[in-house]
Amino acid sequence: MTAKLTHLQRLEAEAIHIMREVVAEATKPVMMHSVGKDSAVMLHLARKAFYPSPPPFPLLHVDMTWKFKDMYALRDSVTALTGMELIVHQNAEARERGINPFDHGALHTDMWKTEGLKQALDLHGFDAAFGGARRDEEKSRAKERIFSFRTASHGWDPKNQRPELWNLYNARKNRNEGIRVFPISNWTELDIWQYIHLNDVPIVPLYFAAIRPTYEWEGQLFMADVFERLEKVLGYRPEISERSVRFRTLGCFPLTGAVTSTAATLPEVIQETLLTTTSERQGRMIDKDAGGAGMEVKKQQGYF
Amino acid sequence: MATVSEPGAAIYQTEALIASDIEAYLDQHQHKTMLRFITCGSVDDGKSTLIGRLLYDSKMIFEDQLTALEADSKKVGTQGAEIDFALLVDGLAAEREQGITIDVAYRFFNTEKRKFIVADCPGREQYTRNMVTGASTADLAVNKMDLIGYDQARYDEIVADYAAFAGSIGIAAFTALPISGFKGDNITAPSANTAGYAGPSLIAHLETVDVNTAVDAQKPLRLPVQWVNWPNLDFRGFSGLIATGTVESGDAVRVLPSGKTSTVSRIVTLDGDLAEAVAGQSVTLCFADEIDCSRGDVIAAADAPPEVADQFEATVVWMADEALIPGRVYWLKCGTQTVSATVREPKYTINVNTLEHMACKTLELNAIGVAELSTDRAIAFEAYAQSRTLGGFILIDKITNATVATGMLHFSLRRAQNVHWQATDVTREAHARLKRQKPAVVWFTGLSGSGKSTIANIVERKLHAEGKHTFLLDGDNVRHGLNKDLGFTEADRIENIRRVGEVAKLMTDAGLIVLTAFISPFRAERDMVRTMMGEGDFIEVYVDTPLEEAERRDVEGLYKKARSGTLRNFTGIDSPYEAPEASEIRVNTLNETPEDAADRILARIIGEWSPTI
Repeated sequence: MTAKLTHLQRLEAEAIHIMREVVAEATKPVMMHSVGKDSAVMLHLARKAFYPSPPPFPLLHVDMTWKFKDMYALRDSVTALTGMELIVHQNAEARERGINPFDHGALHTDMWKTEGLKQALDLHGFDAAFGGARRDEEKSRAKERIFSFRTASHGWDPKNQRPELWNLYNARKNRNEGIRVFPISNWTELDIWQYIHLNDVPIVPLYFAAIRPTYEWEGQLFMADVFERLEKVLGYRPEISERSVRFRTLGCFPLTGAVTSTAATLPEVIQETLLTTTSERQGRMIDKDAGGAGMEVKKQQGYF
Repeated sequence: MATVSEPGAAIYQTEALIASDIEAYLDQHQHKTMLRFITCGSVDDGKSTLIGRLLYDSKMIFEDQLTALEADSKKVGTQGAEIDFALLVDGLAAEREQGITIDVAYRFFNTEKRKFIVADCPGREQYTRNMVTGASTADLAVNKMDLIGYDQARYDEIVADYAAFAGSIGIAAFTALPISGFKGDNITAPSANTAGYAGPSLIAHLETVDVNTAVDAQKPLRLPVQWVNWPNLDFRGFSGLIATGTVESGDAVRVLPSGKTSTVSRIVTLDGDLAEAVAGQSVTLCFADEIDCSRGDVIAAADAPPEVADQFEATVVWMADEALIPGRVYWLKCGTQTVSATVREPKYTINVNTLEHMACKTLELNAIGVAELSTDRAIAFEAYAQSRTLGGFILIDKITNATVATGMLHFSLRRAQNVHWQATDVTREAHARLKRQKPAVVWFTGLSGSGKSTIANIVERKLHAEGKHTFLLDGDNVRHGLNKDLGFTEADRIENIRRVGEVAKLMTDAGLIVLTAFISPFRAERDMVRTMMGEGDFIEVYVDTPLEEAERRDVEGLYKKARSGTLRNFTGIDSPYEAPEASEIRVNTLNETPEDAADRILARIIGEWSPTI
């Protein structure tokens, strides 16, 4: 009868098993939450893993303050549904220095996201942090263990990863070390979509096509989500046009490119995803830093 | 999307179906099974290239990735002007620089029938632990062998050689295919270059090969408990992944190692209760009776429980730079059980090229050997051949927390099966009551010449004067008798401490207050003795005399000998001393006389123990 378990059922069971191992062995776990579709699936899996108890750890949103309005709204409604505590952390230094995606480029991600995450983990003393990274996303992610150990300064050493046998995870660590745990490592983008489809997982409406105000910047299409703020930082009034667009990934609205689309339902979105010619992360600026090794370098510095 | 000309490319994804009827496609995709496989083989046999080819042919490479790949191939590729597919999987900067695979890469692709997860494993011996990591979760291994042109005779010869080798290591079934990852022959469709071969393409084989996971469901139920789900007084569930078997509401189950039985009352999930669950599913079970069950226990079919034992024979694969130390206590994790375990001197190691058995004293990095091991308490287990979950284990260093070894349990040793604890009528408590004292071990540790024996001697004299029944086990004295067969290597020092620990424990069973004076340089072994004793029955006294001071005193002239090289493995000189991190009592002999230190220790012993008896 095992043969009848589909690949999605096996992936779900694996993710739940991983979450339970962490809860059993870590001192103070937390789940990183970015409000994207992968975070949505992670949250659903956490509810399944511990039902009827609420997931026994808080959610951590490292807020870069430039997320889409829709994302903040969904974040608050799903947290209420799960009964979990939501911790929102903003890097005070980045805020004081006015770090923003237009003037500071990569520094924006580094300060708000990488440093912000490190600050939040240290501040609350979390020793294990769940992340929704997948191995099919990016070439250094494809190399990462499910339990990824970080030094006291949060660094990743890709050349010295712990062996990881079967589903037998060694969660023991030295004081001050931390673990990043990736329960959906083995899922693909298609698996995520199909799981959302089959389980009615709530996701941000921005994934579906709709007529939205957009502008062009450095050759890509973006959505003017909080227009007044955008204008203030850009220093000029970008030319806005109404287009039918949607998003394949969601980050900061000024850093996440939109694609023109008419896919308004989940099957249509999946259809478009399968027939597309570019990868999901193509709209992400982060991967292109440091001569193609952008993600690996960022992870060594403590990015999740 | 990249254009692919192979006629067989259509078997990967049905673009027409996706475009015309997405719902039908999703339904088809939803019901696919999953196959996890690895590619293995020697260095530079083209494993990464093969995977790169599978991804490329299965259209899992997007345009932006292909553009990057073409640019990379020109810059750091090893295939001249052509695309170097290995760069698709060698994702770390260090790998691309050196053109080698260091760690496992996991990649994914689909065909009409299956979803595949492929682990590209390194071939270099120095990265064996990474290869083992990839292999442990695989259903199947694709052993890629080196290029031989398109020579049929040479191919037949290699297949015959491989058949002989596979037979000798117990691989019953294998399939040989002539392929080229670089050129694409026989990957998705039959190739014109291999006229003598009429079998399936690699993809066709992977799609149809039987992964035999169905067998797991037919075995008796085994569910290692991960977590007790206890949100309120009305609900108590036991969560875990079903390793083998099936479970239905109403089934009789047995919890191991305790052996307590109950029946399953509910199988709980967020989507509602299930009537039945099978191997591979993560579930939460509720019982009809309130019985003890916690993390590390195994829920099993009541009429077919697994064996419970504390001594085993096992294959051990050593994965740490520091070699195995026989007798040292490591953490052993098997399923969800974590216990203390020691490995005896291996019976032999296996030469992986010739499969010869060779005698050995230890296991170095990447060595595979067979050894006996024992755990500090009994665990539920099965032979690895029967269950990966209850037969596979890892060993963890207690100090560094590194995963130092992995292994596979073969069987339990008879001595553990047939030797039972004999209950005696005059108990440990009865012995102690007669002597009007609470037995304990006062463990002195410190460098040679630090003053352990001197202070221990004074403490014993004072206890004796108080009418206490004591015994002082002295390091030098024990080595004249009980331990005269032991030297001063790391393994012998550990065995020395283990025996002293066991003797001290017997003496406390007889009701005595035992004082020991041994250098006992390793933290792991002192902790081993501590765990042998009851909570609070072990008092560690760290005689903290600096090396310079101990060497200045040099009562027996040993430091002089060690410095001149005539005495080897001397603690503090050419063998390490690991100071206690949290001893109960610390004595600094520079600031305190032996007499004062002894009074302080005595106060602790008398104050803490005597009044209660």
